Parts: sequence; structure tokens; C-alpha cells
Amino acid sequence: MVRLALFDYGAGNIFSLRNSLERRGAEVDVVTRLEGEYSGLLLPGVGSFDTAMGRLSAGAVSGFAGDAMPVLGICLGMEVFLDGSDEGTEAGLGVVPGRAVRLPDTMKVPHMGWNTLRMRRPGTLLDGLEDGAWVYFVHSYMARPRNDSAVTAVSDYGIELPAVLERGNYMGTQFHPEKSGEIGGRILDNFVRECKR
Amino acid sequence: MLTRRIIPCLDVRAGRVVKGLRFKSIRDAGDPVELAARYGEGGADELVFLDITASEERRRTISRLVRSVASVLDIPFTVGGGVASVADARNILLNGADKAGTNTGAVENPSLITSLMETFGRQCVVVAIDAKKNRTMLPDRTVFSDGRGPFWYEVHTYGGKRAAGLDAVQWAREAVRRGAGEILLTSIDSDGTKRGYDTILTGAVADAVSVPVIASGGCGEPLHMARVFEETVASAALAASIFHYDERAIWGVKEFLDGRGIPVRL
Repeated sequence: MVRLALFDYGAGNIFSLRNSLERRGAEVDVVTRLEGEYSGLLLPGVGSFDTAMGRLSAGAVSGFAGDAMPVLGICLGMEVFLDGSDEGTEAGLGVVPGRAVRLPDTMKVPHMGWNTLRMRRPGTLLDGLEDGAWVYFVHSYMARPRNDSAVTAVSDYGIELPAVLERGNYMGTQFHPEKSGEIGGRILDNFVRECKR
Repeated sequence: MLTRRIIPCLDVRAGRVVKGLRFKSIRDAGDPVELAARYGEGGADELVFLDITASEERRRTISRLVRSVASVLDIPFTVGGGVASVADARNILLNGADKAGTNTGAVENPSLITSLMETFGRQCVVVAIDAKKNRTMLPDRTVFSDGRGPFWYEVHTYGGKRAAGLDAVQWAREAVRRGAGEILLTSIDSDGTKRGYDTILTGAVADAVSVPVIASGGCGEPLHMARVFEETVASAALAASIFHYDERAIWGVKEFLDGRGIPVRL
């Protein structure tokens, strides 16, 4: 059985993500400290940038995950991969160079609903999925990486926004796979499989 | 491209799904967890649960219900009904719902909206507005007119029972300014009639706010959904009765909308 750490920043729904991972055969511990023996780490998508980074630190995350343990960041959990965010003043994890910026106000914000993925390059999370797969987004900020080398899929919301980032053992989705029906389930399956390797 | 969302609504009382007409007569329509699972597999983009239980037991029934639903569902869902405090919303969100809806609680204490936004994030905060035409004109109201003359939309609370005096369009704008991430807008006049959404109300509110608006009240057939999407910028359409008794209904509606060029998730 694969044992995963699900980091809890304190506010919001992590029940669904936990439940979804457990349905895929993972053992999930909700943790507030990064210590112990785990095969994977999840940074969920609830709360705000500063509350998340107030509880996490770049040193603690890299010390815990190293360069081999798969890390899945969802929504806000992906935005913290960047150097910083317009949403707050704390520094991000700095895994992917760039910043999280607010969605343009020419569109309804939050970007809330089902949107399609446009595949850009092969990656772990999207293994077996096709261009046009539907996923569920709820977010007001988006990743703006300095270059697109980590972007494996994008979505169109008036602008093209990075939907999936992968860099080394760090993988992130701007959307919520635990809320994305069958497609989301396959993405979580891909992550759990990577954790078992 | 972002799609328009189709959202089945389940009115829940004492742990059972019920269906009312114009906020009044009630009949049983099934088990919420069973219906949720069926809708999840049947193409629903999201679900809304409105708990209309009026009792001391409410909080415990809600946590149990939310948890059971969250265990079978892999699409987003909102739970509303009786949310009057941050603790009420936390009870809903920590048990597995994605959004908490508040109506009377927000009207009576507008700062609740901001507290919810600051605690859980804007995307978790749905302000539900029940609006009804009022033909008694008052100053500073957003005025519309139909075949019977001028009117404005008045916000109602307590499940449609009490007129709150507020102008619905202005209240929607204020709710968003205070932190609402979405507006669930129900026309009391249309609810249960199966004669279509109030597109005047929906259009006015959707144009007035920067966040998604869910149109609700009056849906009796797929054409009503097409109309509200063609005539307004509503992000989603909510319906109850047209889905409760037919397993193919949601895909059927979506194929119909797709055929008219309305973007939906198929």
C-alpha cells in the first residue's frame, strides 16, 4: 500500500481529495508537519497563498520531498511552486521560476467550471489522456512561469492559462482532479502509480 | 473554452430529498446520496443541496449528509441552508462540500460574507438570492417593466417567506463586493411553474456582477435552459424536478444545448 502525506493548511475541504485517493488504494495521512516516511506529498488547493506559505517553507518541503518523492500541488498547491504570488507577500517554494498573477478582470473571476485541456508535452499526470479532456477549475490566480518548459497542458479562458505544470518530482494542476469526474480520477491514478515506483 | 454548467438541485428535509412548488407544498423525491451518485455519473456538472430542515438537529444531519455525499461524488457540490456563521460554513466545508451557500444569514448580517471569504476563500462562498417581483414602487430601486407595468425585484429571506426590502440587483452587487464568489439566483415567481427561468432577473444580475451567476426557478424543459443561456450571460442553470425521475435527462439536456451551439461538457 502506498502511503501519502496530505498537507493541511487549516481551512477548507480536503475531505474530497483524501477520499478520492483512498478510493484509489492509497493510505492517506493528513499532516501539519513534514516528517515521517511517505511515498508522496499532496499540497491541496484550499486557503490563500500566505496562509499556505505561512505553514510551509521551501526548506521543509525540499528537505521532506528531496528530488525523488512525487509532490502533487492542486490549484493553490500548484501556485506555491512559483517564486511568489500577487495574492500575498510570502515567498513561494521557487520550484518553477515565475509568479502567480490574478486572472484578468475582462473575464468572470473566479474562473469556475469545466474547461478543456490542450496538451503541450507528455508528462506523468496526463499519461493516457487525450486533448480536449474536461476538468473542473475554481481559481482567481494563475501561474505565470518565466518560461513554458514546465507547462504540460493549458486551458483557454480568454487567455491561455497553464493547467498542468511538471518539473522533476513536482507536479501541479490548476484545476481540481478530485472534482473532475472520471478524467480527474485517471490523473490521480497516474500520480498514485508514480508514488509506487 | 469554459462551458455553461447544468446543476441539479436537491432540496433536502430531514435527510430526504423533497420537491416544493413555489416554496410551499412538499413531496418526497428520494434518497440524497443515491440521487447524488446517479447525477454524478449522469453528467451533472455540479450539485446543489439546499437543506430546508428547520430544527435543532440541523447541524448534525447536515454533517452526516455532506459526508455521505462527498464519499460518493467526484464533482463539486454546494450546500446551503441555515448558514448564519463561519462555524456553520466550516461544518459544511470540512465535511466535504466545496462551497457553502448563505441567504438569510447574509442578508441579516452582510459582514458574514466577508468573514466567510477571508476564512475559506471567495470560491467557497455562494450567496443565494431569492427574488420576487414587487409592483409597489419605491425610490432607488432597479426598475423593470413587463406587460403589467413597472416592478422591481425584492430579496426574500426565510425560504421565501419574508420580504427583506432589498433590491435584488443592488444586493447581488453588494454581496460580490463583500466577498461572494458566486450568486445562486432564484426567481420565486417562476419557481415550480415549469414555464421557464426569469430571464429579465437573471440577465440584470449576471450583467451587474463579475462572478458567475446560477439561474434558478422555473425550468420545465431543455428549451428553458437554452433560452436562459442564449438571452443572458448566466454561467449555470439549476433545476430540480426535470431531473429527479429520469436518468438520461441530463445528457439529453446537454445534447440539446450542444445542438444549439451552447458550450457544455459532454
